[in-house]
Amino acid sequence: MSIITVQLGQCGNQIGREVFNAICSDVHGTHGLCSKKENESYHDACKERFFSEEESEVPVARAVLIDMEPKVISQTLSIAARSGFWKYDDRSHFCQKQGSGNNWANGYSVHGPRHKEVIMNLVQKEAEKCDRLGGFFTVMSMAGGTGSGLGAFVTQCLRDAFPTSFILNHVIWPYGTGEVIVQNYNSVLTLSHLYKSSDALLVHENDVVHKICAQLMSIKQISFRDVNQVIAHQLGSVFQPTYTAESGSHYSRNPLGDLMETLVPHPEFKMLGLRNIPQMPENSLAYSTFSWPGLMKHLRQMLIANAKMEEGIDWQVRPPCLGSSVPSSHSTNKPLHFNTSIANLVVLRGKDTHSVDLGSFQDPSLYTSWINPQDAFNAWKTPRAFNKYEKSAALVSNSQFLLKPLDNVVGKAWNMFASKAYIHQYTKFGIEEEDFLDSFTALEQVISSYSIL
Amino acid sequence: PLSLPFAVGQCGNQVGCRFWDLALREHAAVNKKGIYDEALSSFFRNVDTRSGGDDPDIYKGRICSLKARALLIDMEEGVVNEILQGPLRDVFDSKQLITDVSGSGNNWAVGHKLYGYLYRENIVEKLRKTAEHCDCLQCFFIIHSMGGGTGSGLGTFVLNLLEDEFPEVYRFVTSVYPSGEDDVITSPYNSVLAMKELNEHADCVLPIENESLFDIVNKIQHMINSGKLGSTVKQNSLVTSSAGRAKVVQEKPFDAMNNIVANLLLNLTSSARFEGSLNMDLNEININLVPFPPLHYLVSSLTPLYTLADVNVPSRRLDQMFSDAFSRDHQLIQADPKHSLYLACALLVRGNVQISDLRRNIERLKPSLHFVSWNQEGWKTGLCSVPPVGHSHSLLALANNTCVKPTFIELKDRFMKLYKKKAHLHHYLHIDRMEQSCFSEAISSLSDLIEEYSELDATKGGPRTDPSRLKIAV
Repeated sequence: MSIITVQLGQCGNQIGREVFNAICSDVHGTHGLCSKKENESYHDACKERFFSEEESEVPVARAVLIDMEPKVISQTLSIAARSGFWKYDDRSHFCQKQGSGNNWANGYSVHGPRHKEVIMNLVQKEAEKCDRLGGFFTVMSMAGGTGSGLGAFVTQCLRDAFPTSFILNHVIWPYGTGEVIVQNYNSVLTLSHLYKSSDALLVHENDVVHKICAQLMSIKQISFRDVNQVIAHQLGSVFQPTYTAESGSHYSRNPLGDLMETLVPHPEFKMLGLRNIPQMPENSLAYSTFSWPGLMKHLRQMLIANAKMEEGIDWQVRPPCLGSSVPSSHSTNKPLHFNTSIANLVVLRGKDTHSVDLGSFQDPSLYTSWINPQDAFNAWKTPRAFNKYEKSAALVSNSQFLLKPLDNVVGKAWNMFASKAYIHQYTKFGIEEEDFLDSFTALEQVISSYSIL
Repeated sequence: PLSLPFAVGQCGNQVGCRFWDLALREHAAVNKKGIYDEALSSFFRNVDTRSGGDDPDIYKGRICSLKARALLIDMEEGVVNEILQGPLRDVFDSKQLITDVSGSGNNWAVGHKLYGYLYRENIVEKLRKTAEHCDCLQCFFIIHSMGGGTGSGLGTFVLNLLEDEFPEVYRFVTSVYPSGEDDVITSPYNSVLAMKELNEHADCVLPIENESLFDIVNKIQHMINSGKLGSTVKQNSLVTSSAGRAKVVQEKPFDAMNNIVANLLLNLTSSARFEGSLNMDLNEININLVPFPPLHYLVSSLTPLYTLADVNVPSRRLDQMFSDAFSRDHQLIQADPKHSLYLACALLVRGNVQISDLRRNIERLKPSLHFVSWNQEGWKTGLCSVPPVGHSHSLLALANNTCVKPTFIELKDRFMKLYKKKAHLHHYLHIDRMEQSCFSEAISSLSDLIEEYSELDATKGGPRTDPSRLKIAV
């Protein structure tokens, strides 16, 4: 089954390009560390998932590129083509001239309806190229106007036009100290709207990825390209082909469906976080060896201590003692800073993945009481190594990972809203104070639900 | 996205002239193949002059003849004639000019009420024709001075007109405010009358004070002459220089100052023209920097003012650029943003500067700046890959800060000094459609604006109580 990537706005397009790059360079790399047959299976599965076979020398990414100004898309198309390994379909993009002005209302209420038909036609064309459509992966930032506002509108349209397809929104959380002054408004409006139409939101926080670049990748002058490459690596480590428990001897055909099934048991809980291990500069890889027990120990502690990366983990945090089963509300026996999960997915790639002991992730004390621990945890594996890492693991978690960031964004937005600052910029385009209040209410509900896990 | 500049009056046209000259140089430095590209199209049309007469637009391919998208308006001919005889003569055609002979006599009423009335239709027609060539018009720029008659009066008349004819297009105004020692006695009248128009009809105003430009020019001169810098300062990397223009042409006294303003406009629009990892369009400036409609005056600063001859730029120099952007003597008005209250701040960086450099400096400088309680992280940032000519990087800072207040208070005081004695009022009142109420409304509008800033200042440093969040029933 194929995934169609919808790249929205500057951020969405810049990241989308890095994702296809990472996937391609992984497939063409010689570090698969597995049999030729395995490698070929992997290659085929990846091709079917992300690329279409057309009358062109290089595979064509299954993607629709959307932006309200032309510079980024033009750059994205040409950089992809220059790679020689893959490209975008030259007709699969839509752009305008004047941008969305960082205004969610402009993206959602003006550009959305105005360009709905053209955009959905492009999506339809891509869908028709797929033998079987596995779903949509939209890439967008919450901070600006296009990715956020138009992105929310397009997600709604996708839901209406493809009611049975899976939709995963990949959302970029902006830096806390501001890229855009009204980013908190844009974020609140985006999240509340996406929650209605999307199946799940997979989040990357710029601040976190930035730290990874600084501390783990040792990059001195970090550019957005560096940040985007780390994000692309993390996404690739989840969405490149794997075997699931049910898929047997074939690479799984339905990654988005599998993801939703394992991670989103209840529609109130859609916020997914991503962690991976190990993460290091390429030239250090040759000098490092890892053991699976070590990797799993770290990954598990990253989960329960809500660590953003493999350095600086708080090893003091422990799961609560079992035996005192408390009703779901006000679980006072949960220690502070402990990250309670609803569901977790671990993806293992490379050498000896079949022998990895994942029992520690199935510990019921990691999970909220209303989930059956058997259902709460899943693992996907492949012996085929990813992107030069002999052994690598990724964790996609539906847990309290994003509770604090969400609470922060809502708090700052509320603070600004109370003074009515910038509201006139939104009412100008048809988003009224009531719309803001609705969004705030929806998100406070999500915050509350995650808090009492 | 396209911008349409209007240069009105003597000052406006002198600045405008510098602007188009620098813009052409900037694009020439980047556009090596002579192909008409998106970047060029934001300020210039590509016209086929061989067919004579109609000059149809060429949208792609080689550059044939570049024409500035602009209107030049002046009620006396001296400055515009000079432009048309100078190196920029092919960049404009007669359809873009509106001139008269006698000038406005430093009288806002003559500019606004008399010439406005006379030239209204002419201006609208030329405006419409110029706009027709723009397939996506994003904003208008008005460049003018406040102290005279044409720039101030007719300039604000055009502002009104733009709002009527194209209400959805943003209106940015770059206004040069007179200094206290201005030799035009009635400049306070003209400025305050113009202020009311700016209050009511502009989306964003970038006030500039001649005194500040003068101080900056002197500072640069002093640094060069004193030899304090050790290595030589690159001539074409001065923010005041005409970037390598042949020294044959004598630089006029205001050229250096006007170049600063021209560079301001170039930097402001750089991210809309050239690519970068975090683009910043002009419409984004409005939404991020104007939290409430009346508070749309932005204090600007440009750094660095000059580049040293050596090419390697250690990060210390980069960080110095950021520090300078917030210092009092780099601001383009007499103001000290560090000691007043920020409502919002934008940083547009050009050149080889990455997000980590930007963040490091924001973290470093934040503690010494006061931000309003509801916008503690009120930063808007942009990264444009293409630096200005002669520099490896540059920074434009735009601040919505209560430090504009003193400028306005001084203006009000100078106005009242004259108005109390009714000095020179008759020159204004005998113009048709001009009444005493124009004056009283104008000063009232200015007073209200000052009051808004005062109220904000009162909140500075006060106790901060965040509003309680919505409560959700569990």
